[in-house]
Amino acid sequence: MNAPVHVPVHVPRPVGLLAELTHRCPLGCPYCSNPLEMDARTSELDTQTWLRIFSEAAELGIIHIHLSGGEPASRRDLVEIVAHCAKVGLYTNLITSGIGLSEERVAELSRAGLDHVQLSIQDSEAESGDRIAGYEGAFARKREVARSVTAAGFPLTVNAVIHRANVSRAGAMVKLAIELGAKRVEVAHTQYYGWAKTNRAALLPPRAEAERAVAEVEALRAQYKGVIVIDHVIPDYHAHFPKACMGGWARRTLNVTPAGRVLPCHAAETIPGLEFWNVREHALADIWYTSPAFQAFRGTEWMLEPCRSCPRKEVDFGGCRCQAMALTGDARNADPVCHLSPYHDRVEAIVSEDTAAEAAPDYVYRRLQRTPAPVA
Amino acid sequence: MSTAAISETSVPRLPRGVRLKHDDARNEWLLLAPERILKADPIAAEILKRCTGEATLAAIVDDLAASFGADRARIDTDVRNLLAGLADKRMVEL
Ligand code: SF4
Repeated sequence: MNAPVHVPVHVPRPVGLLAELTHRCPLGCPYCSNPLEMDARTSELDTQTWLRIFSEAAELGIIHIHLSGGEPASRRDLVEIVAHCAKVGLYTNLITSGIGLSEERVAELSRAGLDHVQLSIQDSEAESGDRIAGYEGAFARKREVARSVTAAGFPLTVNAVIHRANVSRAGAMVKLAIELGAKRVEVAHTQYYGWAKTNRAALLPPRAEAERAVAEVEALRAQYKGVIVIDHVIPDYHAHFPKACMGGWARRTLNVTPAGRVLPCHAAETIPGLEFWNVREHALADIWYTSPAFQAFRGTEWMLEPCRSCPRKEVDFGGCRCQAMALTGDARNADPVCHLSPYHDRVEAIVSEDTAAEAAPDYVYRRLQRTPAPVA
Repeated sequence: MSTAAISETSVPRLPRGVRLKHDDARNEWLLLAPERILKADPIAAEILKRCTGEATLAAIVDDLAASFGADRARIDTDVRNLLAGLADKRMVEL
């Protein structure tokens, strides 16, 4: 594994790495994008392996590290990991639910050199927020965490995922983010992978409500210019062209799962037949440049029509491979969100089917199966 | 922000969460923020290295003019243009 890696000139260096440090999480959000089959604590990478990955990442040219999960604060070695990232010059962003972040821990992370904190909120109202998170008291706890994060001097981003239960309060969540002291807010309509796909009928808002929420947030963007930066991810199923998913497959970022599998995106394992390599057996550079899963949809050679002869093929790279797989049965097809896709009607059908019911079904909360005696 | 609105005595600095970094892998200077990477050309990098929260705008311009033996008025314009643009993106505090 230490043989020098042949660096192909045409493949760009990655800029970001999403490190899913653990799948453990105290919350049970039904919109979670983690896979249904999650990695148990016993299969998680140990501290030394993570530190090696981050050293290799810095060498490979990665700039941003997003420490995520699950809940990354569930790892006892979080501070040590952050300190190492800072030492090797990586920009570290902690993506957290806030649960498990005491004031002391926030201070330790600050001393260790963490650059930025991204805190999730589930709603602008406590009762609904706690119900969505499946955790009583989560909303109140998040307020305290936001306070200690900003008091420690961290720039704070608040992240709000929009779905049926909170779609009417998208604007209120932007206002809550301001109240919490955030400089930036991400308002993201749910993407239907992992647990979110299981819960799609419970989560998908009626089209008119989603459109109202989009307009409300766009109006706030102008109103709060200079107060808060709004990053807005509009609903996929309502768009005309797909997004350039991940900025193009294996072009900018990679994901490392708690057990060490390296993926071009967090949902890539939903595509059958891809061979993912593990950091336990391969160097990160080797995985980026030569592993089969990363090569599979790199560039544009693999494309079918209508993408193959489309002038937008280097703009959106045919959208999302996982969505193409889920809705058309072939990951090489155009993302059916695209109105040029012959399968576009399937997107329309889902939107009308799943939102037709008067009452949304109950959530299937995200839960990690109980595992035998934890180690470490 | 307009370039004229920056006062001679303002003390520019990078806010917490924004970092200037030399990227050894690509051999270039980058200005980093959460979810954001801006390339800094050599002139921008020299300016940003001096935005430490200690030197005033006037002092930074003097220093650059002396270090590079360049026309002060021209450097003043470059510095103001860069800082005004970055202040709008909240990547510099003045
Ligand atoms: S046909 Fe393919 S490349 Fe063209 S816009 Fe649609 S998804 Fe993008």
